[in-house]
Amino acid sequence: MNCRVVITGIGVVAPGGTGTKKFWDLISAGRTATRRITSFDPAPFRSQTAAECDFGPAAEGLSPQQIRRMDRAAQLAVVSARECVEDSGLDLQVLDPARVGVTVGSAVGCTMGLEEEYVVVSDGGRIWQVDERYAVPHLFSYFVPSSLAAEVAWTVGAEGPVATVSTGCTSGLDSVGQAVELIAAGAAEVMVAGATDAPISPITVACFDAIKATTPRNDEPATASRPFDRTRNGFVLGEGSAMFVLEDLEHARKRGAHVYAEIAGFASRCNAFHMTGLRPDGKEMAEAIRVAMAQAKAVPADIDYINAHGSGTTQNDRHETAAFKLSLKERAYSAPISSIKSMIGHSLGAIGSLEIAACALAMKHGVIPPTANLHEPDPECDLDYVPLVAREQRVGTALSVGSGFGGFQSAMVLRDPEGTPA
Amino acid sequence: MTATVVTGMGVMAPTGLGTRRFWERTMAGQAAIGRITAFDPEQYSSKLAGEITGFAPGEHLTGRLLPQTDRMTRLALVAADWALQDAAVDAAALPEFGLGVVTASSAGGFEFGHRELDKLWRRGPEHVSAYQSFAWFYAVNTGQISIRHGMRGPSGALVTEQAGGLDAVAQARRQVRGGVAAMVCGSVDGSPCPWGWVAQLAGGRISRSEDPGRAYLPFDVDAAGYVPGDGGALFVLESEDGAQERGVSSWHGEIAGYAATFDPPPGSGRPPTLLRAIELALADAGIDADGIDVVFADGAGVPELDRAEADALRAVFGAYGVPVTVPKTMTGRLGGGGSALDLAAALLTLRHGEIPPTVNVSRPRPEYELDLVTQPRQGPVSVALVLARGYGGFNAAMVVTRRGENELNSGRKAE
Repeated sequence: MNCRVVITGIGVVAPGGTGTKKFWDLISAGRTATRRITSFDPAPFRSQTAAECDFGPAAEGLSPQQIRRMDRAAQLAVVSARECVEDSGLDLQVLDPARVGVTVGSAVGCTMGLEEEYVVVSDGGRIWQVDERYAVPHLFSYFVPSSLAAEVAWTVGAEGPVATVSTGCTSGLDSVGQAVELIAAGAAEVMVAGATDAPISPITVACFDAIKATTPRNDEPATASRPFDRTRNGFVLGEGSAMFVLEDLEHARKRGAHVYAEIAGFASRCNAFHMTGLRPDGKEMAEAIRVAMAQAKAVPADIDYINAHGSGTTQNDRHETAAFKLSLKERAYSAPISSIKSMIGHSLGAIGSLEIAACALAMKHGVIPPTANLHEPDPECDLDYVPLVAREQRVGTALSVGSGFGGFQSAMVLRDPEGTPA
Repeated sequence: MTATVVTGMGVMAPTGLGTRRFWERTMAGQAAIGRITAFDPEQYSSKLAGEITGFAPGEHLTGRLLPQTDRMTRLALVAADWALQDAAVDAAALPEFGLGVVTASSAGGFEFGHRELDKLWRRGPEHVSAYQSFAWFYAVNTGQISIRHGMRGPSGALVTEQAGGLDAVAQARRQVRGGVAAMVCGSVDGSPCPWGWVAQLAGGRISRSEDPGRAYLPFDVDAAGYVPGDGGALFVLESEDGAQERGVSSWHGEIAGYAATFDPPPGSGRPPTLLRAIELALADAGIDADGIDVVFADGAGVPELDRAEADALRAVFGAYGVPVTVPKTMTGRLGGGGSALDLAAALLTLRHGEIPPTVNVSRPRPEYELDLVTQPRQGPVSVALVLARGYGGFNAAMVVTRRGENELNSGRKAE
């Protein structure tokens, strides 16, 4: 195909602040936004730390009815979608709505809204046969997380293909990858694509407690997320959203848009191994990386930066290190690799899109965000994880990877389109 | 481009487990809507559903899988087994990353989630199951199917409410066109529990009738909502060339065309977009409206939505211009599974040359001007159009054809 799909707008709501600028300021400074959970009392839980967004929907201009109607995940998505469209300079009044599509990734959908309403209709868990008379009308929208994509589509006026993509913790990569495929297939001219998740609620914290996936390091919340460190013992739950405007490169150039990056390759594979476990050899992630790089016609030496999944669980960081070695050979040992989850936690389905944003901004600024809290590298994680301090360096080609429950392994290659011949 | 063909099908329907039983009962017009048995519906404003009964998961799945799966996932795992058996696909004989899976789910394993919410709020966090981290989430069927069959190719999971079954098949078709040897795709949905029931009732579109024969009447003057149900269908998709290379000589049909659109927000004054989805799907298939032999309608059962669908059908096909049927009047609307089950019914219609009926609809609104098939109708059917709409404005249209039949060419534009 001759189509080259590029990012021309970015919108972010992340722990540490709303807006792309605050997100970049935080992660390029190596600051962390993890803290003791404030949205409910975490005392009964094993893991009490999270990276929360200080997000006020009214302050962001959402109307009272929008606020009442939307789960927090939808609110985050709508605000980041609005920013990405503004950033792109796209005039939605001029564009044919039929040629605009939306994909929104989310691992757990409207789980906060659902749990809040469950508590009411079950009267605090007392009633199994829950009481219909206490249900709010928008409960059905929480029930079907397709509502997340619908809200974004209404916000941007999209009437082309619209979907919620829910592949667990790779949703944020897969949603954008699917949007690229839709543009390439001619199904849309412009896609507003990204991901959102707002999972910091008792049921989500409890379910990760049950499998000890999240860190119990409750006494040091600001430094609790420690990807690739010897002392890591689980991830820190996060929340947030990142959305992008995607369009064909020629389309972008014709309207004089700023181009952040070309999405030059994307692939997803399954490990078919275990719903939560990883095969130690990293073979399926390596295959996804290999295919994404082949699409981008990139060789290992071209990779200037790898944005790792780097969740901070013992098995993930080793699995991923193995996958980099398998796919990139000796380049794995010299390429700068970092995990922004060390700073903004792991926002499940949203994080893949936040990491794409980090790659695009790294390319724009020529700065690689660091892995915070990495003081004592795990001897089995023996690559260059850019510890503690950002690195000034040109990023012409970046690789972002994700790994999720269900066995999903995804990889995306982003490239500066000015650096390569059209 | 080589055609994408359906070489396998696994059906899990309230009207029958397995393709043969489903089709016999569907052609006989025997509905499976009744009073809910999964829980006591007495206190709720609606009490009817199209439930799958007689499914014994222990006969199909190991004891290890049962505690970690919602009912929806158990049904999906067995449907995937049947689809792969029907296609006679040997996963081990395919390229290492040559088999993938895309499923749609409207609300995940909600019953599993209800039990764990109950434990959390009644008894405390330490009582929540280790399986809660994945057993309820929207990607669970894809993950479990991939593990069961060692499917390591590109995979996905979509949520577009009722449109999901078609959207998942379309995504799988894109993967087959991109070179993946075989894809399992579709949707098996529905997870009955009081909590999910209350959430569905909140949507305001569920019929309050307690008469199974009068509760779900799409296009009828008495249409007053729909009946939910559980089940769906999964398919195996391959390229025609690939299927032939492995010695397969017949298949259920070709996925010839597809499009998805989204409606403008309520109150915008802009027209709904189902019409455009139909037009784009026909264009994708290279088929004129007069080449369509039957339409499997979405059949919302909500008057304003019925009217919108009838308007779109009239605009494309003219008044009484094409046979229209809603076999889901026998099962209820199955979330993402409903459109997948309609796709199965459309493929079986192509195979058997008989159109299944729309039951219970005795007084179609005359102004809709639809040729509604209310009795089984015989006759050659070469091309079918399947429509689906998801809550919030999702529209999907898919064209399926019998491949390799002479009569097909008459309706097809010169290529």
